Amino acid sequence: MEEKKDVQGKLWEVFTQKKTGAPHEHAGSVRAADKEMAMMNARDVYSRRNEAVSLWVVPSECIVASQPEDAGPFFDPANDKAYRNPNFYKTPTGVKQIS
Amino acid sequence: MEATITEAQLEKEFQQKIDSGIVIEPKDWMPERYRKQLIRMMSQHAHSEVVGMLPEGNWITRAPSLDRKAILLAKVQDEAGHGLYIYSATETLGIDRAEMMEQLHTGKAKYSSIFNYPTQNWADIGAIGWLVDGAAIINQTALAKCSYGPYSRAMIRICKEENFHNKQGYQILAYLMRGTKEQQEMAQDAMNRWWWPSLMMFGPSDANSPNSAELMRWKVKLHSNDDLRQRFIDRTVPQAEAIGLTIPDDKLRWNPDTRHYDWGEINWDEFYAVISGNGPCNHERMSARVGAHEKGRWVREAAAAYAQKHLN
Ligand SMILES: [Fe+2]
Ligand SMILES: [Fe+2]
Repeated sequence: MEEKKDVQGKLWEVFTQKKTGAPHEHAGSVRAADKEMAMMNARDVYSRRNEAVSLWVVPSECIVASQPEDAGPFFDPANDKAYRNPNFYKTPTGVKQIS
Repeated sequence: MEATITEAQLEKEFQQKIDSGIVIEPKDWMPERYRKQLIRMMSQHAHSEVVGMLPEGNWITRAPSLDRKAILLAKVQDEAGHGLYIYSATETLGIDRAEMMEQLHTGKAKYSSIFNYPTQNWADIGAIGWLVDGAAIINQTALAKCSYGPYSRAMIRICKEENFHNKQGYQILAYLMRGTKEQQEMAQDAMNRWWWPSLMMFGPSDANSPNSAELMRWKVKLHSNDDLRQRFIDRTVPQAEAIGLTIPDDKLRWNPDTRHYDWGEINWDEFYAVISGNGPCNHERMSARVGAHEKGRWVREAAAAYAQKHLN
């Protein structure tokens, strides 16, 4: 039926910002040939009901991600530094307004 | 990672994660069969969204008013969006979109058999929104809690949009039921034709659903087909009564002991006939889908050529 291999365009990751002041959040992905088309597809797919005031599209291949299997060793420098948290410290009773 | 970790150990850990409610993300280790089953289910779901545009698209040019036309157009566009959300979620499992399309077009992948029934008159558009999308809501609300992150997130997004589909359909029928005798008959006729196929959307009875146990163990499915079907019936019957429609099932009655409706029996021969390609519109749907894909080919190729030319 299909003679030539079908072209669906590159994969792009879409990030939406719900309102100004909010962070951009991953929404999903789209296929598109170039960045203009990726932007239009992202709008049509992920913001048909004003879900976004701002959109980012990023070629999926450009995203560098940590690997789940090294999640432990990669993140454990944070594990032994309890002194980064305010409740590590004891404040003398009666002292106020020190967070 | 130690080379001595066996497949069996990995599978055990995987099951423990699932049991403790941890959501699986694309790069996590997963049993090959979990991946395969999800690809099968999710691509079938995406295809259903896409093929589902055809029976309704049939009425866009013939909607009875400009308002109705705009609403139907928006609804059908949402379904295209649903297809795209789920295709993109399925791609995270390592299958390419072009391959999924090919599986649909060659008949290797299935889509929901409900879309192989014809839309004969305007009331059918009401029945589809109310019953077919209504059944889809029950299914999708359950899937929104499934164990695979991208699928669950796509479902949450979809569920937010489905209530509009459901309500606009119900409103079409409610309106017809307040109309002339002919309009009321038209609505009842649509009800008669769409009720049973809508119940079939939940799939075979649990006893005859070969994948169910495994899918439930993996929390890909959280409820049995029969439970979801019952939930749909319980919720839909009062809605039918409220606008004066009769459910075409003479065994249907409220059971005060179980606090559910008792109901008749699905014609499973019809279900299997439609699934295996002998429904009223299987051929028509596939040729429309493949035709649309082929007619769009030059656009995709031109866009690719343009992007290539402007790369540098
Ligand atoms: Fe949908
Ligand atoms: Fe829908």
